[in-house]
Amino acid sequence: MGFPVLLEVRGLEVSYGGIHAVKGVDLEVREGELVCLIGANGAGKSTTLRAVCGLLPARAGSVRYGGTDIAGVAMHELPRRGLVMVPEGRGIFPQLTVQENLAMGAYTRNDAGIAEDIERRYETFPRLKERRTQVAGTLSGGEQQMLAMGRALMARPKLLLLDEPSMGLAPRLVAKIFEIVRQIASQGVTILLVEQNARLALEVANRGYVMESGNITLSGEAEGLLESPKVREAYLGETA
Amino acid sequence: MDIFVQQLVNGLTLGAVYAIVALGYTMVYGIIQLINFAHGEVVMIGAMVAFTVINALAAGGMPPLVVVLIGTGCAIPVCMLAGYAMERLAYRPLRNAPRLAPLITAIGVSIILQHLAMLVWSRNVMAFPQIIPLTTYNFLGATITGVQIAILSLCFAMMTGLALLVYRTRLGTAMRATAQNPQVARLMGVDVNRVIAATFVIGAALGAVAGVMVGTYYGVAQYTMGSVLGMKAFAAAVLGGIGNIPGAMIGGLLLGVVEALGAGYIGDLTDLCRWGIGPEASCADGGHFILFGSNYQDVFAFVVLILVLVFRPSGLLGERVGDRA
Repeated sequence: MGFPVLLEVRGLEVSYGGIHAVKGVDLEVREGELVCLIGANGAGKSTTLRAVCGLLPARAGSVRYGGTDIAGVAMHELPRRGLVMVPEGRGIFPQLTVQENLAMGAYTRNDAGIAEDIERRYETFPRLKERRTQVAGTLSGGEQQMLAMGRALMARPKLLLLDEPSMGLAPRLVAKIFEIVRQIASQGVTILLVEQNARLALEVANRGYVMESGNITLSGEAEGLLESPKVREAYLGETA
Repeated sequence: MDIFVQQLVNGLTLGAVYAIVALGYTMVYGIIQLINFAHGEVVMIGAMVAFTVINALAAGGMPPLVVVLIGTGCAIPVCMLAGYAMERLAYRPLRNAPRLAPLITAIGVSIILQHLAMLVWSRNVMAFPQIIPLTTYNFLGATITGVQIAILSLCFAMMTGLALLVYRTRLGTAMRATAQNPQVARLMGVDVNRVIAATFVIGAALGAVAGVMVGTYYGVAQYTMGSVLGMKAFAAAVLGGIGNIPGAMIGGLLLGVVEALGAGYIGDLTDLCRWGIGPEASCADGGHFILFGSNYQDVFAFVVLILVLVFRPSGLLGERVGDRA
């Protein structure tokens, strides 16, 4: 693709809880792409994502976003620049109402369009509209994931980082969540998706990276990875 | 019956002030799980600054209300600065330290502030100048003074204002979000350090006004006044459920009432002659042998604190810790 690189990670190393979890990761995401980072539990996918947005300090390497190094940028500055993350476990505010959660997503904005954007989220997620005055802790897991994604969209992100959106959800909901991911991407939001469910991730993504014990071991077009015997065997549960 | 209504009025007045101080404890606890033991000293500093200004202006012939307002107006920024400074210098460096470290630091800050106040204002009791004429009103058979009415209305106005701030504004939503999940709040673009500092500063401003009210109510201020007042307000915050803002308001009012009613009736109830077991020499001719007088007033707050900790540690409106993300 000829689009400019939005996120560029070079030689990223992260230690987490005394473990050298990420051992020199290179990856890039171009504008408009949906890129997935797949791999087994504990491969270092989420750690990579957390280091990108500053939740974890990097030990070595660089993270460039929109052409500038964001290593020294305060975490709360990133949404202002269009980099928004939906954390693993959704991270909704359990004692704020659904509507307040959405409003928190627009915390960095002060334009007049916020109320309109909240209505737009309610169109996408009618369940949330029904529960707008309920505290978010009472929502089901799937509804919480939708709230977390709706909230992230409130910041009008350029690059959306999604950390295991399907985790802990029933298969029917997982399909729904991936449908929403596809929808968001089609609206022009660039997405970096970390996911254990390799098949679904590769089906929605343009490109993919496969991570194994802290290293990228494979990368390429999503279709190609879906066909790759190695991926089929290790992550899609098929015997070659 | 008259005693009951009277003590209810007194208790609500004092309780409203406890509630305002308790809010300072509970807001800080809610957001960083720190019991800021130095908050009582902030209240004391508010009273001392205001008294200094009021005493200086008392002879000037200005209307008493203006004098008190100017005194309060000076106390508030000083306390806000103290609140900001303690967060920035003492607590923020320990944000990720084990919980015991900031707790002990809070006790240290409390001692430092108290002794600084002693150096500035000496050990002497400062008296409130006789500038406010005593006006009394009759209320259901009890007497209520103009000062009490002023304190009550001001406290309720401040509580309403704070509730609006916390539940209706962007800053308030950010405060609650930070309390529930600081990391995610950061991901949403909240400058968590600023929100925490704002919490300290708002709590300190409330404390300053509370200090002026307590001082005016009792007519005296001294560098030690913050400790017992602070502990009582802390007890009120725990009673309501620490970290819970409506809880601190209810806890404060309830504690004030319990304390006033306790003080009003304890002498009567612990009069051994009343129960027929007092020494005859004292009880003859309708005499009394009172075991605990109303000077035991301060005990009630702590009895309540102990009872709450034993029977309902999360307080009346305590936040269910399991709900935290």
